[in-house]
Amino acid sequence: MSATTVSGAPARRRRGTSKLGWNLLGLLVFVTAGFPAYWMVDTAFKPAKDAIDPDPSLLPTGLTLGNFRRALDIADFWGPVGRSLIVSLSVVVIGVVVGMLAALAISRFAFRGRKIVIVGILAVQMVPLVAMIIPVFLLLNDLGQYDKLTGLIITYLTFILPFTVWTLRGFVVNIPRELEEAAMVDGCSRTGAFLRVVFPLLAPGLVATSVYGFIQAWNEYLYALMLMSQENQTATVWLGNFTTKHGTEYAPMMAGSTMMAVPIVVLFLLVQRKMAAGLTAGAVKG
Amino acid sequence: MSAADTTSPVKVPPPRPAPPPATAKEPGRTRTSGGAAVPWVLLAPCLLVLALVMGYPLVRLVTLSFQKFGQSQLWGFQPAESVGFDNFAEVLGDSTFWAVVLRTILFAAGSVIFTMVAGMLIALLLQRVSGWVKTLINIALVASWGMPIIVATTVFKWLFDADYGIFNALLSKLPGVDMIGHNWFASGPQGLVVIMLLVVWGAVPFVVITLSAGLTQVPKELEEAARLDGAGYWGVFRHVTLPILKPIIVMLTTLSVIWDMGVFPQVFVMRGGHPEAEFQLLTTYSYDKAFVVNDYAQGSAIALLTVLLLLGVVAVYMRQMLKIGEVE
Repeated sequence: MSATTVSGAPARRRRGTSKLGWNLLGLLVFVTAGFPAYWMVDTAFKPAKDAIDPDPSLLPTGLTLGNFRRALDIADFWGPVGRSLIVSLSVVVIGVVVGMLAALAISRFAFRGRKIVIVGILAVQMVPLVAMIIPVFLLLNDLGQYDKLTGLIITYLTFILPFTVWTLRGFVVNIPRELEEAAMVDGCSRTGAFLRVVFPLLAPGLVATSVYGFIQAWNEYLYALMLMSQENQTATVWLGNFTTKHGTEYAPMMAGSTMMAVPIVVLFLLVQRKMAAGLTAGAVKG
Repeated sequence: MSAADTTSPVKVPPPRPAPPPATAKEPGRTRTSGGAAVPWVLLAPCLLVLALVMGYPLVRLVTLSFQKFGQSQLWGFQPAESVGFDNFAEVLGDSTFWAVVLRTILFAAGSVIFTMVAGMLIALLLQRVSGWVKTLINIALVASWGMPIIVATTVFKWLFDADYGIFNALLSKLPGVDMIGHNWFASGPQGLVVIMLLVVWGAVPFVVITLSAGLTQVPKELEEAARLDGAGYWGVFRHVTLPILKPIIVMLTTLSVIWDMGVFPQVFVMRGGHPEAEFQLLTTYSYDKAFVVNDYAQGSAIALLTVLLLLGVVAVYMRQMLKIGEVE
């Protein structure tokens, strides 16, 4: 008895100290990864003159909403935000409805050409958006959709749709086929089995995918910059308004950044865990 | 959490009536043989949309790169005429292009390696820290993951500002270092390293979270067995963890290559919309050719060459994804 405690104590202490080392390393990672976000929020609430101190204080100095007021004044804020909302919501609704049907097709049916469809949808995801900007610009120009919200919505489907199909596939795959089969054996039609069994189970996945797709559309910059004029700009492009000929107004810019980032990060936090599960569903099993 | 799991009553699946023996065909078979048109009907809207927004522009990208297409063709004053391989000849014969290719490859390779190594180390670290540290790290990671790229770029521009950037101020606190007023963007290589940091900072969270999910799938018994056989940390990692994680690592690496080869807003915004010659990557170079010089055809040729460059990587990725698609 006493022997075990004697030999057990140092072992426990050793484990304690090694844990301490790992924890310190972990805190270092936390500080490094979190610092840019911290500095953004800190600067946003700082009096503007404290922000341009060559020897800035690491801790918050005073608290002011002046930068936010200035940010809202610099250019119309709600216009771009409203446009971003319209675009992102439309893209998500179209993307999720169309994407869910396709996801069901590739994950629940064996059919000739399935492989080609999967490869096609994946391949589409691989083409860098920047490579497409020139023909997309010309296409919208020809269709008279340049500088129109509808044009932007159509183009955003290029990256939202493949993503939605592939992620929803991950969620569908995680729903055991046996559940559907049982319902069908019990007398449900295939559609009935889907609506009563699969759809409710898929709901969290649909929500997560929608939120995630919304964020992606909201964050897009290149197409928004290229395909929309100054007066129709979206929220991401709006953020560029702080840099003028007279230099950059950093404190209001950080206030603007905070307004852009916080809602998105909060949304992201809510669905992140679900998304990671969906995205890796296939990978981990494979 | 684990305590709650163990104390909660065991979930019992609701009793299911036994399938009627003779009447029902085997469900699995019904599915595959029943109505070959159904999957195509489900796929149709998706394929139609993709053909319009993706297929047509892709074809247009290829045809454009074989044409002469500038301002006058854009406004319809002149028809676009085919010029064969002229655009490619011009692009490939330009030493600037090759410098850009080399820079892009170095930038992407650096970012990918940095991202994967840091991601793996942090994922392994997360298994060893206490719960509260884990939570803190996860919050920081999700915050940087969720932060819009454009916001992150803006914030990094501020962190590395020559006169008022906190990075210079912090460095100058070290004895013998005076970095106040140092302009990180005066030279291409230094500026691109800052942009690389930004890219890595934004990319690591996805890698960490995916690898962490993968690490939970590594059977503890295998690790213990290896340790009993005398393997150290590195041995266990090399011979047990790594092989199991391989499919995820391949997927993450290829995705990272694709993303990092396509870096655009980070450079574009960091350089105020006009990246200097030393900062040009394939993406910004193609953009410049098309929209600054107004040579849409050459811009397309460069974009097409970028896509071809990626194809090699994509081939590897596709094989991996297809394997996953088969297994399910």
